[in-house]
Amino acid sequence: MARVVVDVMLKPEILDPQGQAVQRALPRLGFEGIADVRQGKRFELEVEGPVDEAALARIHEMAETFLANTVIEDFTVKVDGEAR
Amino acid sequence: MTARVGVITFPGTLDDRDTQRAVRIAGLEPVPLWHRDKDLQQVDAVVLPGGFSYGDYLRAGAISRFSPVMEKVIEGAREGMPVLGICNGFQVLTETHLLPGAMLRNNHLHFICRDQKLRVENTDTAWTSDYEAGQEISVPLKNIDGRYVADERTLDMLEAEGRVAFRYVDVNPNGSLRDIAGITNEAGNVVGLMPHPEHAVEPLVGTGRTDGLGFFTSILKKLVNA
Repeated sequence: MARVVVDVMLKPEILDPQGQAVQRALPRLGFEGIADVRQGKRFELEVEGPVDEAALARIHEMAETFLANTVIEDFTVKVDGEAR
Repeated sequence: MTARVGVITFPGTLDDRDTQRAVRIAGLEPVPLWHRDKDLQQVDAVVLPGGFSYGDYLRAGAISRFSPVMEKVIEGAREGMPVLGICNGFQVLTETHLLPGAMLRNNHLHFICRDQKLRVENTDTAWTSDYEAGQEISVPLKNIDGRYVADERTLDMLEAEGRVAFRYVDVNPNGSLRDIAGITNEAGNVVGLMPHPEHAVEPLVGTGRTDGLGFFTSILKKLVNA
């Protein structure tokens, strides 16, 4: 089975308080030099059958209608580490 | 015959009973509906109550948006049926795109529970006609995903068309853009807000006031006069 990864991130203009909280904690823990942190979601999909154009089109539709809310989030679809 | 108001229960809904009670106190007949129902039992209006449907997994309201009953709610709303979404119900309405924008984690990341003052900005909706424009009401608020966001163009459009139905007064509890607590669709039949009017319909509980009752008496007048 092939693995397809969908990464979902808040759009750059949307305030990400969770990412900010992580960023603020970093110097306290001794990790310096990180100017900004944004937190996202990663979905790993184990796909039955071939990951052909049709399967990718379905996954793209799935990401657009359900995994991401495109009002506030962007997403990328990758097969085996390769962006598609 | 009195008007019938459907109240939908999803897995994780908490405020369905309070909502049914508020509907009854206002003189309407509450009709419990289940998320798997494929028909709305000929109700005249629908309320999506508060809670944490499907545990807010993925995003608040994202999974319940695809419940079988929501197909009928979306269809009805587009045909003019009054729909009110409270808290999680508001989140579901943005996920269905019946209302624009989206709801995100509060800017301070904390769950918040307080009596919240609101200003009624639009009294031309199906759910707000019993209020006076500019009237300030106090109702309970409790949420962690209550931050309303939309792009600047959408916000400007909402302001220009008078579709900001409620604004937070004194305190913005969650970082909602332009202090928006609730909005309406273009036709005024679909309304969503984060605070909970259904918890302020009897003097004994909630804020000790009955400021939330106006939502339900508004819809009663609309349905009876229709």
